Amino acid sequence: MKRLERIRLALDEALSPVELEVIDESHLHAGHSGAREGGETHYRVVVISAAFVEKSRVARERLVHALLAEEFASGLHALSIKARAPNEQP
Amino acid sequence: MTDSPTVERIKQHVSGNDVMLFMKGTPVFPQCGFSAAVVQILNHMGVKFGSTDVLVDPEIRQGVKEFSNWPTVPQLYVKGEFVGGCDILREMFETGELEEFFNQAGIEREAV
Repeated sequence: MKRLERIRLALDEALSPVELEVIDESHLHAGHSGAREGGETHYRVVVISAAFVEKSRVARERLVHALLAEEFASGLHALSIKARAPNEQP
Repeated sequence: MTDSPTVERIKQHVSGNDVMLFMKGTPVFPQCGFSAAVVQILNHMGVKFGSTDVLVDPEIRQGVKEFSNWPTVPQLYVKGEFVGGCDILREMFETGELEEFFNQAGIEREAV
């Protein structure tokens, strides 16, 4: 399974998101620090979930980081996160 | 338990600068788009900040991730508190929260 699918699966299972978008942006960073042959290093996620209600920005990102700890340990280099609760404006 | 020398150094950076940025590259020559974005926001707001280039210091690079339980760089600290990385700062800047945050923290700013 590719990292994109693993990220998607991990967030989907744990957060039951109403919206989830995972985008591989590794190609945009080819040649930069952290980029590796084969890509799978830079991702962007947009996730809307009730799990974020009443949580600070830092707490939201920490939650996502924790769910993806294995990915960070295996070469995930950068993750841009937009984490919203369902009742919040974009 | 005593802190490792690396943690000690991180603490010194964080306590020695009201606004402290761990980044890749330098404010003049950022080596990563996310670090560059944070520098741009801070400069735009006229905030003076200290910075460390984690690319030339592998111990700090690894240590700062463990220090705040935050897996990526850049990382911004204000008055000793971890504020966030690029996404958080960008969002706070766009909503005006960052302005308010710096004001409340009593961070001096230059007119820009």
